[in-house]
Formats: sequence, structure tokens, C-alpha cells
Amino acid sequence: MNGWILTLLTVLPLFSGLLVLLVGSQGSRSHKLSLGLGFLPLLLVGLLWRQFDASSGAIQFIEKHAWIPTLGVDYFLGIDGLGLLMVLLSALVVPFAIAATPSSQQGRLYFALLHFLQAGLFGTFTALNFFHWFLFWELSLVPAFFLIKLWGGPERSAAAMQFFVYTMVGSIAMLLAFAALFLAANTFDFLKLAELAGSGELTRNVGAQLAGTGLTGETLMMMMGCGVLLGFAVKIPILPFHTWLPLTYSEAPTTTSMVLTGVMSKMGVYGLIRILLPIFPETLRAILTPLLWLSVATILFSAYAAFAQKDLKRLIAYSSINHLGYCLLGVFVVLQRGDASLFNDRAAALNGVILQMFNHGLTASALFCFVGFLEQRNGGARNLDDFGGLRKAAPVLTGLMGISLFSSLGLPGLNGFVGEFLIFKGALALKPWAAAFSTLGILATAIFLLTLYQRVFTGPLRRQSSWVDLSLGERLTVLPAVAAMFLLGVFPQLLLAISNPTVKRLLTQWMF
Amino acid sequence: MPSIVNYLWLIPALPLLAAGMIALLKQRHRSLSASLSIGSLAISLGLSIAAFVPTLGPIEGGGGVKRWVHNLDWFEFGNTTLRLGWVLDPLTAAMLVMVTFVGLLIFIYSVGYMAHDENAARFFCFLSLFAAAMLGILISNSLLLLFMSWELVGLASYLLIGFWYHKPSAAAAAKKAFITTRIGDMGFLLGLLWLYGETGTLLFYDNGNGCLEQSALNRLNTLTTAGGMGVATAISLLLFCGAAGKSGQVPLHVWLPDAMEGPTPVSALIHAATMVAAGVFLIARVFPLMDVDPANVAGSSTALSVVTWVGAVTAVFAALIAVGQNDIKRILAYSTVSQLGYMMLGLGAGGVAVGMFHLLTHAFFKALLFLGAGSVIHGCHEEQDIRRMGGLRRQMPTTFLTYAIGMMALSGVPLLFSGFWSKDEILHAASVWPVSRLPFYLGLFGAVLTAFYMTRQMFFVFFGKQHLGKEAHESPTVMTIPLVILAIAAVLVGFWGTPAWPWLHAYLTGHELHLDLSALAKSATLMLISTAVVALGMISAWRLYTRKTPSSPQALDPLEAAQPAVFGVLKNRAYIDEFYEATVIRLNHLLSVTSDVLDRFLWNGLVQLVSLMAIALASVGKALDQFVINLGFDGWCGGLKQGARGFARLQNGQVQSYLRVIGLSLVALVVVLLWERRR
Repeated sequence: MNGWILTLLTVLPLFSGLLVLLVGSQGSRSHKLSLGLGFLPLLLVGLLWRQFDASSGAIQFIEKHAWIPTLGVDYFLGIDGLGLLMVLLSALVVPFAIAATPSSQQGRLYFALLHFLQAGLFGTFTALNFFHWFLFWELSLVPAFFLIKLWGGPERSAAAMQFFVYTMVGSIAMLLAFAALFLAANTFDFLKLAELAGSGELTRNVGAQLAGTGLTGETLMMMMGCGVLLGFAVKIPILPFHTWLPLTYSEAPTTTSMVLTGVMSKMGVYGLIRILLPIFPETLRAILTPLLWLSVATILFSAYAAFAQKDLKRLIAYSSINHLGYCLLGVFVVLQRGDASLFNDRAAALNGVILQMFNHGLTASALFCFVGFLEQRNGGARNLDDFGGLRKAAPVLTGLMGISLFSSLGLPGLNGFVGEFLIFKGALALKPWAAAFSTLGILATAIFLLTLYQRVFTGPLRRQSSWVDLSLGERLTVLPAVAAMFLLGVFPQLLLAISNPTVKRLLTQWMF
Repeated sequence: MPSIVNYLWLIPALPLLAAGMIALLKQRHRSLSASLSIGSLAISLGLSIAAFVPTLGPIEGGGGVKRWVHNLDWFEFGNTTLRLGWVLDPLTAAMLVMVTFVGLLIFIYSVGYMAHDENAARFFCFLSLFAAAMLGILISNSLLLLFMSWELVGLASYLLIGFWYHKPSAAAAAKKAFITTRIGDMGFLLGLLWLYGETGTLLFYDNGNGCLEQSALNRLNTLTTAGGMGVATAISLLLFCGAAGKSGQVPLHVWLPDAMEGPTPVSALIHAATMVAAGVFLIARVFPLMDVDPANVAGSSTALSVVTWVGAVTAVFAALIAVGQNDIKRILAYSTVSQLGYMMLGLGAGGVAVGMFHLLTHAFFKALLFLGAGSVIHGCHEEQDIRRMGGLRRQMPTTFLTYAIGMMALSGVPLLFSGFWSKDEILHAASVWPVSRLPFYLGLFGAVLTAFYMTRQMFFVFFGKQHLGKEAHESPTVMTIPLVILAIAAVLVGFWGTPAWPWLHAYLTGHELHLDLSALAKSATLMLISTAVVALGMISAWRLYTRKTPSSPQALDPLEAAQPAVFGVLKNRAYIDEFYEATVIRLNHLLSVTSDVLDRFLWNGLVQLVSLMAIALASVGKALDQFVINLGFDGWCGGLKQGARGFARLQNGQVQSYLRVIGLSLVALVVVLLWERRR
């Protein structure tokens, strides 16, 4: 079974989606069917987890078949610790989003699209050949586009369009860069490209093969590296390529926002670690200082912008940018030159990034889920001013969302803390100034999240009637996420046991 | 190693467990919640005493203090393992006993105080969490575990200060407390990470490899930062930022008076046993690190000098403000800030034992004062303004007597009261501080003020004419018994550290203990001075407020009548909150608005510009299509079409027209042929 388990994982949600489309009727039946099917990939990932050899950190469950041999395109799948955690996250967040979707509102197409989106995510996190990977990277946009366009808020058309076109522009830059890279290296295989890059051969080849342009290998690599970076910069997003995000997250239906922020935003950071850093290390090193400035700017700027937001979804969207900013900081500081004694600091930063990705996926999707609950109870209004004093009427909702907010602001004992701690541990040793500036972001995050809590849950109750606490179904939807926040906060080793061997292996391969 | 060390973790774990269990209970189980909460803390108290016993007694081999640690792995990254652990030494043991004891009394008192609150069960949940987090700080053998517990203390204080969440002021005060302390915590976090980077461990004690042990300290002693400051000094100062935030040192003291918005038992817990004590405890814990300074020229390390100065300034500043307050709890709050300044002064100038002695004595008498104030408020139907009280000594005799003991302990009335001994230690340390004599004078001035404002408060509350409209009543026994116990403690704990028998000093530092009555004679001068100072404060307040009794709650304070400008500044808390409002908060607001505007207009504008350019380019293409390509093409096509239409008209499919053409052609042909034939 190991020979095709990853293929099965990707295909499974596709079939689930089709089944929901064909069999599901409108309303709650298709919701139940979809939820049931949504757990199947989770079971499969559980199987993966069991069979995964965590201690080696190597790429496992490899499937490799020639696909288009003349173009060096292989059907090449495999996961290491990073891939496993991302696949796990996708398998967790999508059923969570399905469960959180109010069954009365959305029909079977909505659920089918969520399943298709999951297939795209699995494909992206398992592919190891550019062609194959890029296919899924782009394909995952399609269901997301329709989810926003068909079920979004009043500005859904503009949002869907901006989301799609903006991401597409980044992707085209990336595609061009890889086409050029293929000319030089004659392969689309990420691992081979990384190997060539590591030995310095890639730069020489690029210089030789593209000599007609009259540019040196370094310059060409810089151009390609920036092209690939642009693709990821839009997706993550990095300032100033982030403006599509608040609009998209706030206009998308809430449960789609859960998947967008929970998993799709991680595709970019995953790409940085899996693709950009291994293939373009020298290029990135040359522009390390500006990259770090951009990371710090992303952290601080989005935190401050979050203050000014009135719309709950926009606020959490900015907080999402802010949290991914820490991932950027962690990824980029790893590039800082230095002797071998800094190995543990690099490992800390990179492990922190992986933890942060996972934990943010969990926490941010939970927060969006809570915003959805609030929205439904408030007739669709979700401005900060539309609430007040809810703790009296809905103590369970308050308590659970409060826990998620504190997880988001990095309270020790909950999941957010360890990732941020490790990122800062690495960053302070490798680039002290970047770490010092970024701590201001932690402070700012605390302020705007507590302001949210204060405005929504405390003070006198604004609307006396119609407020009901979470129903049993809603409690069952969010409780696993909240329980996971505690579990991972107290036992981060659960994730680190998977990520650390991979991180060590990656760092050794990158040969700092 | 005593076996209790292995079970030390139970001391914080039990209240934590209780908190978790209560959180899952329904709100109506109030007595079950209270029992869980009190029961778990009582067991923790028992365990604390069990842990305290082995730290007593002579030290084997002489020198050093008794210390046992238990470390364990938390997680791995890179090629290293992050380890946490707990430690049992005299510092931990003394604090454990104090916190669990005072905490237990406050818990019991809360049963009475919160009897009528609908969320009483939730209250006990948060109280237990608070105690658990504080106990976690105390037993931590790792700066990281300490930091984590520290943040949980912040969370618990947030929940408790904002306990009456329907009051907007309470919600705001809770947020202010969390964020102000978190400002300091950012420094703490950076210091922690830096220390981790330099020493490779966050364990305090680890068989010679801990970051507070000699090898690490020696290494730190050799390092200097780019600015020439010692790395140890820089780390110490960053850690002190955290301590200053939690312990309400100037300029991060602003949250503490506002924390009065919480129920009174919470105030007592925050001000006496937990939270504010955490900052002082942190400095005491990392004292070996604070003491390291390569450029130690003045006889005191830079970090400890900063601690001393900040402490001295805080002590006087907060005492001054306390003089101008009229809210019974606010006066006590500023007095806490002031006393915390003394503790820092003691730590900086005299070392761990001096600061900790005052921390311990203060915990008892301040808990007493707060619970007394709570009893007064309870008895006066939630009235907090001292000007509206008066003459309560008759209605509330127990509260009055115990409060008077607390007040005298705080003021430092000589010989019998604990505050006298511990404050005397601090003043003694300050008087021989090699760097400067100024902190000593500041300390003396603060002592005058302390005696003054406490006497003023006593007068307003318990003496003079009654201003309260309603009938005041004494509080129930469940509230007065803790008062009595604390009052006894407030007297007794002072005798642990008299100059003649400095038991606590010996216990904490591991020196041998002697009964030395001649030491009393040696410090007699200082004791006389401080007695005189206290007398000065008390007598001047007494004279001022008995002679010019304010006739009604609205009347001017005699001091205000004499010095309206000065009193105005004090009454308005030196306008510090307004200053922050105008600077920090406005800057914050400005930054957020700028970010948002930039986002909406600059970044988004750029994107829109690009998209407009794309659309413009598309329009050019469209225009080219329409007007150049299409027109040219269309023109050519038009010509063709015209021509074609001409031809097409010929082939209109009507047989008669074809016949007509054929006929006409035939006729024409015949005519032509005939024409030819004729020629």
C-alpha cells in the first residue's frame, strides 16, 4: 500500500467531492455525507503517521513514475516531516470547516468544492516535481475561486477576482523562472535541483546555458529567484503583496476563510522551505537584509493595521498576516551565515516555523469558526461595535473563543507559544535586531486581540434577546480544536518529534 | 535528597487541577467549587510545609545553601534538548509557605465575600489558577518555566481584575494590567532568549551547568556587548524590565491602582501573595546573575544599582500619590507600589535576604489590610470613598483592631510590628550602600509619608464623625477569622529577622545563626531615626486631621486647602495616566491608523494602479483592434463587400430576371449580329 498511499490521499477527496455532488441532496443530508467523507483522509493520514519513520527525517512514501520523459516531468510524490505535518493540517482543517458550515445555507456544490480544494492541498504538499506541484498549486485556486465567488459577501466578485488574478500573477513569475531553470538544468525535480544548487553547479549551468542573454549566472539566478519569491510572496503574503488577503478573507464565506487561512496560507511558507531555500540559497543570502526588513515590516505593519479594523473577519485576517510574518522571520534568519555553533539556533528557528504553521492553522481556523458563530447569531453583522457583553449570554462561546484568542497571542501552555519561542530563540542568536523589532509585534498582537475580547464579550449586554450559547453540535465542532491547543501547548514534542529530524536533515543538506 | 522534592510539582499542580475541574462544573455548584479550591490549596500548604522542613537545619559540609533540583526533558530541537525542572531551596520553601498560607486565608475569606455573587464558582476557578501559576513561578528551576508561569499569572490577573466584566471600567483595567505587564515581559523574553543563547541552558541549577552557577557566570563575566556594557548587565536589565512590570515599578506602575476594579480578595491576592511578589522574587532568584558585572567599579553591579534607584524612586513617588487619594483601596494600592519600591531597594542595596524579608512581612500585613478594607467595604454597602465613612470603630471592632495592627505594621511602628524590622533592614542596607546615600534619604522620606497617609486613612475610616448614610455592620466570622490570623502573623513574622536574631538572613544565605543582642545596640541609632520618622508622619497626620476635621464628604481635604496645587497633582496621580494617554496610546493609535491608511491607499493603490495599467493596456489593444486593425480590415472588407454585393445582386435567384438578362442579351446579340451582317 505504501507504493500508492499518497496518490490515494490526493484522489480520495476528489471522489468524495464527486460523490457529494452526485448523491447528496440539498440541505443537511449532503452536509452529513460530506462530513463523513471528510474524515476519510484523516484516517489515511493517521495511517501515514503510524508508518512514518520520524527519526530519519528523510522523504518517505515515495512514488516515482516517468510522466513526460522528454520534459523531465515525473510523477513524483513523497513526504518528510514537514510534508506530513502539512498533510495532517489539511486533513484536520477541512473536516473542521465542513463541520462548522451551517447546513441550512450551503448546498452540495459547496461541500464538493471544499473536498476538491482539499485534493489540491494534498497534491501540493506531496508533489516533488515542479510540473506536478505547479499543477496542484494552480488547481487549488479554482475551487477556492468559486467558493468565494458563489457564496461570498457583497463584494465577492471583486474579492474572488483579485484573489485569483493576484495569485496568478505570482504564479506566472514562478512558472517563467522554472522554465528558465529547466533550460539550464534539464530537470524539474526539486530534490535534484536542490542538489545542483548545493554544489554550485546550478549557477554555473545557468550561466553557461543562458549565455546568450549576456548575463552572469548569478544575475540570472537572482532574476529567477525573485520570480519564484514573488509567487510565494503573494501567497503567504509578504508586505506589500498582501492587499488581496483582507478583502478575500472577509468576503469569503466564513468556513472557506477557515481553509484559506488554516491551510492555503501555509502553501507559501511550505514553498519557501521546500523550494526556494534549497534551490536559491545564495540568491536569498544576497538580499537577506531587505528580506528581513520585509519580514519585520510584515509583522509590525499587519499588527498595527489590525488595530484599525472594525470588521472581525478583517481583524483576524490581519492577525493571520502577522502570524505568518513570524514564519518569514524564522525562515529567513536561517540563511544568516555563521559557523556550525549556530546549528541549534537555525534548527530552533526552522522548527519554530513549522510549529507556527501548524499551530496557526489550527488557531486561526478556530477563530474564523467562532466569528462565523457570532455572525450567524447577529444576523450577519460582525463589526466590533455590533457586539458587547456577550459573556453574560453565551459563557461557553466566550470561554472557548477566549482560549483561542489567548492561543493566538502566544500564551504559554497553549499551542501558539512554543513555535514563537523557538523562532525568537533562533532569530535572536542569528539576527538580534530583527528579533528585537519583532517582539513589538507580539505586544501589538496582545493589544488588538484583547481589545477584540473586550469589545465583544465584556461590558453591558447590547442585545438582550436572541442570544443563544453554542449548541451541542457547535461545541462538538470546536472542542477538538480547543483540546488540541492545550495538548500541543503542553506536549510540543508531539510535533517536534516529527519536524526536528527533517529540519536537521534539511539544514545539513543546505550545508551552512 | 528528601523525597518531597520529587513531589514538589504537586504544589502548583493541585490548584491547577482544581481550577480545571471547577471550569468544567456548572455555575450553580458554588460550595463544591469553593471546597475544591480551598481543599487543594490546603493540601498544597501541607506539602509546602513538608518541603520547608528539610531546608531547615544545619548544612552538611558547611557553606552554601541547601538546594535540590529535579529536571526533566520537555522537547528536542536541533541537537539539543530543552529542559525544565523544579528546585527546592530556602528561597522557594519560604515563599511556598507564605503564598499557600496567605492564599488559603484569602480563599476562605472569599467564601464570605463572594457569597452573593452569581459567578462565585468561576471566581474560585480563577483564584485557583492564580495560585497555581504563582506557585509555578516559585518552584521553577528554569527561567522558561518561570516565564511561562509568569504569563499565566498575567492571564489569571486579567481574568480576576476583569471579573465583573459587565463593568466597562473593570474590563479596561484588566486589559491595562495584562498589556502593561506584557510590555515589561517583552524585555523579559529578550533577556531570557539572550541568556539562553549565551549559556546554552535555561536551568538555574543543574549540577554545575545551570545558568546561575559559577561556570556560566564566569563565562558571562568575560563578555561585553558592542556598547561596552557587560552582557550579564544587559541581560539582567532586560529581566528587570519584566520584574518592573509585574511588581509595578515606576514607570510601569500604572496598572496596579486600576487593578482595584477586581473583587477585594483579588486585590489582596495580587498585592500580597502573588503577582507583585513575582517580580521581586524573580530578581531574588536571578540575583547571582544580577550581581555579575565586569565593570564593577562602585562596589555594586550596574544592574543592581539600577534596581536600587528604581526602587527608591518608586518608594517615594507612590507614597506621595497615596497621600492624595480618597479611595480606601487605591491608597492601599499606591502603598503597595511604594512598598515594592522598598523591596527593590532592599534587593539592590542589601541583597536577597533584605528584600525577601520585607516581601514576606509585607505579604502578611498587606493581605491583612486589603481584607480589612474589603470587610469595611462589605460592611459599608460597597462604599469605597474614605470621606464618606468615619467612626466605624464602634460598628466594626474586630476589623478596626486588626486593621490598626496592619496599619502599624505598614507604617513601621517600632519593636512590636513586623514592618518595622523589615523596613529597618532595608534602611540599614541603604545607609551603607557604597554608591550613593540618596536612596537612604529617599527611603526615610518615604517612611514619613507612609506613616502619614496610613494615619490619615485610619482617621477618615474609623474615627471622627459618621458620614455613612446607612448602618454599617461587622462582617461575618468567615471573614473576620482570617483577619485575626493575619494580624497575629503580621506581628510575629517580624521576629524572624531582628538584628539580634537574623534567622531569615541566615536561612536564605546559609550563614550560621547567632543570638547577638549587641547587634541591637549597634543598630540602635538607625532604629531611633526610623522611630522618629514614623512618629513624625503619624503625629503630623493626626494633628492635621483632628484639628481641621472635614465637616462633610464634599469638604476640601485640609491638605488640599493648604496646598491646592500640590494636592491636585497628587490627587490626579501625577497625571501619569494622562501622560501615557497623550503619548504612548496616541502614538499607538496614530501608527494603527497610518498602517490602515497605507494599506488601503498606498499598497492597495499600487495594486489598483497596476491593474489599471493592465486595463489601460488592454484598452489600447482594444482601440488598436477597433480603430486600426478593424477599420483597415473593415474598410477593405467593406470594399469587397460592396463589390460582392454588386455581383450578388446579379445572382438574386429570380428566374425571371435571369431570363430578362438572357432575353436582353439575346436581343442585344441579335442586334449586334444583324449590325455586322449589314456591313
